[in-house]
Amino acid sequence: MLGPGARSGISALPEVAWRRHARPQQCPARGARAPGVAMTSELDIFVGNTTLIDEDVYRLWLDGYSVTDAVALRVRSGILEQTGATAAVLQSDTMDHYRTFHMLERLLHAPPKLLHQLIFQIPPSRQALLIERYYAFDEAFVREVLGKKLSKGTKKDLDDISTKTGITLKSCRRQFDNFKRVFKVVEEMRGSLVDNIQQHFLLSDRLARDYAAIVFFANNRFETGKKKLQYLSFGDFAFCAELMIQNWTLGAVDSQMDDMDMDLDKEFLQDLKELKVLVADKDLLDLHKSLVCTALRGKLGVFSEMEANFKNLSRGLVNVAAKLTHNKDVRDLFVDLVEKFVEPCRSDHWPLSDVRFFLNQYSASVHSLDGFRHQTLWDRYMGTLHGCLLRLYHD
Amino acid sequence: MPGKLKVKIVAGRHLPVMDRASDLTDAFVEVKFGNTTFKTDVYLKSLNPQWNSEWFKFEVDDEDLQDEPLQITVLDHDTYSANDAIGKVYIDIDPLLYSEAATVISGWFPIYDTIHGIRGEINVVVKVDLFNDLNRFRQSSCGVKFFCTTSIPKCYRAVIIHGFVEELVVNEDPEYQWIDRIRTPRASNEARQRLISLMSGELQRKIGLKVLEMRGNAVVGYLQCFDLEGESGLVVRAIGTACTLDKLSSPAAFLPACNSPSKEMKEIPFNEDPNPNTHSSGPSTPLKNQTYSFSPSKSYSRQSSSSDTDLSLTPKTGMGSGSAGKEGGPFKALLRQQTQSALEQREFPFFTLTAFPPGFLVHVGGVVSARSVKLLDRIHNPAFVGIMGNTRSYKLLDWNSFNSDEPETRDAWWAEIRQEIKSHAKALGCHAVVGYSESTSICEEVCILSASGTAAVLNPRFLQDGTVEGCLEQRLEENLPTRCGFCHIPYDELNMPFPAHLTYCYNCRKQKVPDVLFTTIDLPTDATVIGKGCLIQARLCRLKKKAQAEANATAISNLLPFMEYEVHTQLMNKLKLKGMNALFGLRIQITVGENMLMGLASATGVYLAALPTPGGIQIAGKTPNDGSYEQHISHMQKKINDTIAKNKELYEISPPEISEEIIGSPIPEPRQRSRLLRSQSESSDEVTELDLSHGKKDAFVLEIDDTDAMEDVHSLLTDVPPPSGFYSCNTEIMPGINNWTSEIQMFTSVRVIRLSSLNLTNQALNKNFNDLCENLLKSLYFKLRSMIPCCLCHVNFTVSLPEDELIQVTVTAVAITFDKNQALQTTKTHVEKSLQRASTDNEELLQFPLELCSDSLSSHPLPPAKEHLESASSNSGIPAAQRATSVDYSSFADRCSSWIELIKLKAQTIRRGSIKTTVTVEKASPVGDGNFRNRSAPPCANSTVGVVKMTPLSFIPGAKITKYLGIINMFFIRETTSLREEGGVSGFLHAFIAEVFAMVRAHVAALGGNAVVSYIMKQCVFMENPNKNQAQCLINVSGDAVVFVRESDLEVVSTQQPTANCQSSCTEGEVTT
Repeated sequence: MLGPGARSGISALPEVAWRRHARPQQCPARGARAPGVAMTSELDIFVGNTTLIDEDVYRLWLDGYSVTDAVALRVRSGILEQTGATAAVLQSDTMDHYRTFHMLERLLHAPPKLLHQLIFQIPPSRQALLIERYYAFDEAFVREVLGKKLSKGTKKDLDDISTKTGITLKSCRRQFDNFKRVFKVVEEMRGSLVDNIQQHFLLSDRLARDYAAIVFFANNRFETGKKKLQYLSFGDFAFCAELMIQNWTLGAVDSQMDDMDMDLDKEFLQDLKELKVLVADKDLLDLHKSLVCTALRGKLGVFSEMEANFKNLSRGLVNVAAKLTHNKDVRDLFVDLVEKFVEPCRSDHWPLSDVRFFLNQYSASVHSLDGFRHQTLWDRYMGTLHGCLLRLYHD
Repeated sequence: MPGKLKVKIVAGRHLPVMDRASDLTDAFVEVKFGNTTFKTDVYLKSLNPQWNSEWFKFEVDDEDLQDEPLQITVLDHDTYSANDAIGKVYIDIDPLLYSEAATVISGWFPIYDTIHGIRGEINVVVKVDLFNDLNRFRQSSCGVKFFCTTSIPKCYRAVIIHGFVEELVVNEDPEYQWIDRIRTPRASNEARQRLISLMSGELQRKIGLKVLEMRGNAVVGYLQCFDLEGESGLVVRAIGTACTLDKLSSPAAFLPACNSPSKEMKEIPFNEDPNPNTHSSGPSTPLKNQTYSFSPSKSYSRQSSSSDTDLSLTPKTGMGSGSAGKEGGPFKALLRQQTQSALEQREFPFFTLTAFPPGFLVHVGGVVSARSVKLLDRIHNPAFVGIMGNTRSYKLLDWNSFNSDEPETRDAWWAEIRQEIKSHAKALGCHAVVGYSESTSICEEVCILSASGTAAVLNPRFLQDGTVEGCLEQRLEENLPTRCGFCHIPYDELNMPFPAHLTYCYNCRKQKVPDVLFTTIDLPTDATVIGKGCLIQARLCRLKKKAQAEANATAISNLLPFMEYEVHTQLMNKLKLKGMNALFGLRIQITVGENMLMGLASATGVYLAALPTPGGIQIAGKTPNDGSYEQHISHMQKKINDTIAKNKELYEISPPEISEEIIGSPIPEPRQRSRLLRSQSESSDEVTELDLSHGKKDAFVLEIDDTDAMEDVHSLLTDVPPPSGFYSCNTEIMPGINNWTSEIQMFTSVRVIRLSSLNLTNQALNKNFNDLCENLLKSLYFKLRSMIPCCLCHVNFTVSLPEDELIQVTVTAVAITFDKNQALQTTKTHVEKSLQRASTDNEELLQFPLELCSDSLSSHPLPPAKEHLESASSNSGIPAAQRATSVDYSSFADRCSSWIELIKLKAQTIRRGSIKTTVTVEKASPVGDGNFRNRSAPPCANSTVGVVKMTPLSFIPGAKITKYLGIINMFFIRETTSLREEGGVSGFLHAFIAEVFAMVRAHVAALGGNAVVSYIMKQCVFMENPNKNQAQCLINVSGDAVVFVRESDLEVVSTQQPTANCQSSCTEGEVTT
């Protein structure tokens, strides 16, 4: 258990000596300075009792720019003209901020530490801003890694992601590490996922929800990268994730389980097989169809298309449910939904309002099916799917 | 057994991982005071241990209480090998030793390691029970209050200002002990930190004794410095002004602050009478008569080397005689002569104060300074290093027997310099020196001792037992000091100490005034100033040959007069260029390096209405026949004139036109005048005086006779004024701005540049140095642009030459915002009005001396909260660039903070598992948890870590200081052997300074305070060896811990309270689970 400070007495000898006798030797680089410049800056720092945070520089830092690039970008922003400062001043200022951010980064990895630490005196509003911005992520980036395993393997792909998205590798790493860190912390924790994230990372409600979605997707490894899913935004997925967390996870039934918001309720997924009867039983399917058609006649612009497609659509939706017992199919949930529902409707040019009418009626009519006994199960399934499909239905 | 120290170790948090196998730490704590050590249990496998120890009790002498720091060491328990130290906390318990200060020290302290920096925090509670002790031959001076503030502290009234106290203590530097060769750098650093802590405790105690002897009860303007003399030792010296202070009965609203729960515990022998009315008989110390005999008794075991100038050098006068007037009792009228003689009897009629109660300062003569070059090796006794070796502790109890002459040597040096200062003051017709300070610059074995101050004539009322009768009589007898009075010459017009041009005062037209005035003090509050002031700096370098010992000292001594002369000329030129006529807060620093000398003078220039308008600067060429040359000269002349005109506009200097007839004498031609009297003395006692006036020339002429002079003129014109919206000064407040808003930002900036060794010339050197300072200022303006309109106050530059080609400049200052709208309206009439108000206040005060100390804020009317809001809105009128990046995030930020708040509440109420990280600091200060937290600023309620403000000023704008909690005086060493990994020299020092700030704030918070005033970084010694990837830095800081209350908060409190209560109750619930 040797601590980092332990050292044998004798080894200290040369270190003691340097203080008194050693003089730094002229470094060859110093001799090769441009003529006319008679001085070089060895050290240049500014420390305020209240830590100065420049939001613009923070953004540049978060975006992964080097000091040189950041200075160039700041110069381009016209700050020199506005303030009458010189490039050297800007350089020194940028370095200072970068140094501060670098020191803060360790604390930002565990935001409650930032609140409790004593080294940097930062007003609470600024602390919140630092945290929020640090954990903010780029849409382009998150779409690349959403649903992927947050492992070393993915981390190796960051190079490609960086090239593809134009986001600096440094920034990609930060975002990836953030995802991973949040995942690790809340992974085996009880209680609400959003609450846990909020409590341990002090994020805003919005951002905590986003992270909950990211964690949920990473945990269930939903496929989001397929070409036909490219039209979907992170927001679309996050919306679905939230609904699924609310209704399909263990937490939806029992609030005292580990992992309750991360894993889907296995029992529920098993039960979903029971829904198969809706399409397997011909009578039930016909009855269901007629109920929906009666209710929607005259109300739907695409009635005939709907009528023609009803069985396909219904089969698609119910089969998706029935397949969810297999992990592989869970991962493909969104692919299936798009293939089995969104695409057929879109090809028939259903307006969104019609999709809504249809889904409302489709879910509701099941309650009038006398032979069907799994009403609660149906509601738990369809309630969520209803919301998701509406969200997924756009160009 | 006069004291019982009680310590409780509560908990730790954020500890480093010491056991890499488990990623955890088995931490325990050693609590050490003097030679007694207690240990807590080992708290296994946690980074947030909860020790909740019993009370460790130390029964100790009160001198030990004063000298010794409480030493808390956090260690990692290791079954098989030696326990590893995590870090230490030194707590100075002095603030617990006097009645009005803190009653308990309680809070989270950063655990500090000299190699790794801060490594987690520890929660400690410290209390002291003092018992009455009737032993009058005691060596302790518990109860004497110390203030770094160089004015009478805000909630006190000065009954008597006794005068100068000084002391110095010498010891061997542990870093140069033989044992240092075989111990770790950590052990060496810790030995040094501990020794200096011990020495400053001892020094403070000894100064306290002197104060008691003078029958004072406080030291104001306490300045303690370290001289790291290397092989020849470590000198800790301090100067201050002994006073008898009375606590002003504070307004009812603030009373709760003083009613701390554990007050009854503090039965302090030197307890002061809290009632100011009964206090006129002087401080109620047990030393009722003069029989008190202080002797550095040999039998007394803890006596280490000490200085006793007053006793050993001039036994016939001594400090005691300064209070000779006291025997007369409070009923005699006080005659000026009497006091004057009383003052003269004092060995050194010096005052470290820079701001004074109204009426205290009668006349100001000018700056007096003295320097002396000494060789340290003369006193170095090489024998002792060998003899002492490792058998001795750092305390060196028997030092005296070895080197009995050593402190005396240092004392004699300083005594010599002080004598010189005194005689200079006398030459200026002054009987006292105010704004007095001392400093040293050491390079290898050469040491320059410097002292400077402002010669002055003082109102005797404060120097003796002031009584109302005496005061009244005084008023009748003497001309009331008017607001121009301090400008009037104190010396005899016919027998002037130096050639000077005098005119009648432009204000009262009765007395004579000089044409320029240099002082080291702050601008008196009642002075009439036209326009605004500005920071004026003179910068100078001189190359010198490398030499050894005496030759070196001689070379330096020879250079000094020229440096002083040039610094002075530069100051004068720059002052004229600004169109101003007086300098305040002048501080000239001469730094010695191996191959050069640096001079840096900083001061705040103002236009005093009482002094004549300064003339311009005329340029004269040597060869008037040359046409093109002539043209060049006239071009320069025009540029200079333009600059003067521009500056006058910039600083709003528009003195009223005065017809010459009224004055009765013509407005004098501008002439250069010296207010500066100084001298150099070498190791020998030879004293040379310098006449700085430019002979008998009638106009102030700059002769351009060579390139040097050309360079000078150019450098005059290169100083760029601060960007609009910025002002800067090195005094407490900016003359001409009195509408401060409450935002302050204290900062330290350090720059080191490396000069190329190739063909360095004086000019190149000067230019480099000048650029360094100017660039530094520019950087500051840029960094603080979001605070515009604002003023950098108390800008304090320190130059050091750590190595051959390195120049290090350290700046500490505070940026204070002010209300722009009002500032723009601040016309001359406004100023005059406020000044009139001030002066009438002043008169009233003289009649009712009880209120003498009433907040000086009263003379700087602060804007009410309403205007504050206006200023905030007016800010939006500023161009975007100036507001920097604070675009429109205020609302976002608010939201952010509000949900942090929300989350915290949630966390504390809803969650019960996995909560460890949110166990909060709230319970840090039981002192005034309730009342202090609620009373302090709203940000406090928002934040888990209470905000502690730091400022080099003696006040906090927009707030009232309600309590002084004691002096903060801390010394830290940080060393690294992994410089590159820590971000190079900049990363290393940046982190270290941030850590120092954090430790200061933590100590203040633990005392129950929310601010440090009169903060100063006295030393920042930085050494690097990049080739070995090593660096070391020593920092010494001090200040006064205070409790302040926002003036605007008094109403807000009621609305804030529910939230705060809710929060703290939540927290408490959490802690008990």
